[in-house]
Amino acid sequence: MRKLFTHSAALLLLASSGAAAAEGRLLATGGATNVEGAAGGGLVPWAVISAYTEDDEIGGTVAVSRAQVDDYRLDVTAASFSFRNRLEVSVASQIFNLENLGTELRQQVFGLKYRVAGDLIYGQLPQISAGVQYKRNTRYDLPSAVGSQRDSDWDAYIAASRVWLAGPFDRTWLANVTVRATRANQFGLLGYGGDLNDSRKLQVEAATGMFINRALAVGVEYRQKPDNLGFAEEEDAMSAFVAWFPSKNVALVGAFLDLGSIAGARSQTGYYLSLQASF
Amino acid sequence: MNKLLMVTVLFAALLMAPSQADARDDHLYNELGGTAGIEQIVEDLLFNSIDDRRIRHHFEGVDMVRLHEKLSEQICELAGGPCVYTGDDMVKSHTGMGVTRGDFNALVEALQLAMDDNEVSVPAQNRLLARLASMYDEIVGL
Ligand code: HEM
Repeated sequence: MRKLFTHSAALLLLASSGAAAAEGRLLATGGATNVEGAAGGGLVPWAVISAYTEDDEIGGTVAVSRAQVDDYRLDVTAASFSFRNRLEVSVASQIFNLENLGTELRQQVFGLKYRVAGDLIYGQLPQISAGVQYKRNTRYDLPSAVGSQRDSDWDAYIAASRVWLAGPFDRTWLANVTVRATRANQFGLLGYGGDLNDSRKLQVEAATGMFINRALAVGVEYRQKPDNLGFAEEEDAMSAFVAWFPSKNVALVGAFLDLGSIAGARSQTGYYLSLQASF
Repeated sequence: MNKLLMVTVLFAALLMAPSQADARDDHLYNELGGTAGIEQIVEDLLFNSIDDRRIRHHFEGVDMVRLHEKLSEQICELAGGPCVYTGDDMVKSHTGMGVTRGDFNALVEALQLAMDDNEVSVPAQNRLLARLASMYDEIVGL
């Protein structure tokens, strides 16, 4: 926890210095940082490109996040580079603590996301982006023991995001749908592919949120996950979030999490907290 | 499965909800404070714009009195008020200006601040912004 606080303090310092920040987009349109380091919600990468870059601007984000459920804790440190509201390059380092076993899993995720067409707010077409994530376990004893087939792999996804400025109740709404080809077990923390299934499957991920005002949104996310390992059932994940964007430099997300059954421990629920600085 | 159902229902509710431009049309005009309110908002919008280093260059040498008059008329008409827009069409007025995506957003922010300062409610702000956003393609990149 102390480490998280030091990180957070450093982030806030960085953010409040606010020098030469990308600022060509409207508040909140860079999203938050998902657990894999991509711009999006907490669970799902969205079609939005990170930070607030527009036209010829470049920018980026850094973020720290924590998910705490009944028997596990996930800590994520992530950073992204954002180029002209077109391309996002991201990296995330995850530490998954199995509190009952006194051990941990580690994963690194390198992501690329490219805005292919459309726009989040304007014009007829929703914003459509394509992304890839290269994931690797940097500790592989446990994943391999439970049936994982390899210690690194690629995910690929297509995402569509759209904002309605005056949606239901004359509030601003956002919806995102992402389709991902993956064989990652528990986001990849338990390796890739398994004894039950070793091919990539298409999984649907979705998010929707409503802005109470420009700076404050509430919403839900859903992420379908494959079930490749025979030793324990894997279930889909869900969250209900509150996201606060006090400025274009800072975003803070808090959420209720339901990750379902993980490695035999049933109905893992808890909280998620994420702090992002943008520049 | 329950989770999927919940999310599906939420999405369906979102898609089936009534769209913004319905019968309450002059309601928005009133919420913006009528003709006087709109003229004040547009004045603040223009001051915010020429204060904004990202877009002030577009307004150099522009007849601001005319711009204030035309933009007020246009917003009044858009909001369902008793005005008739007498200016040029959007493509003609912005051609050659090179308004970028970021410039458009900067102007939206100038308007948001102006509406905040004039105590326009969030729903009314959203309805005006949605109507203006539909003109994006007639203004940006010309
Ligand atoms: C939805 C957004 C916009 C609306 C509704 C709008 C509306 C108008 C209107 C009604 C006029 C007056 C036309 C006339 O004189 O007959 C005008 C002119 C002008 N607009 Fe816009 N505009 C928008 C976006 C922008 C943006 C993003 C910029 C630049 C940042 C911009 C810069 C100007 C300038 C500089 C003029 C004056 C042109 C001249 O008199 O030579 N506008 N606009």
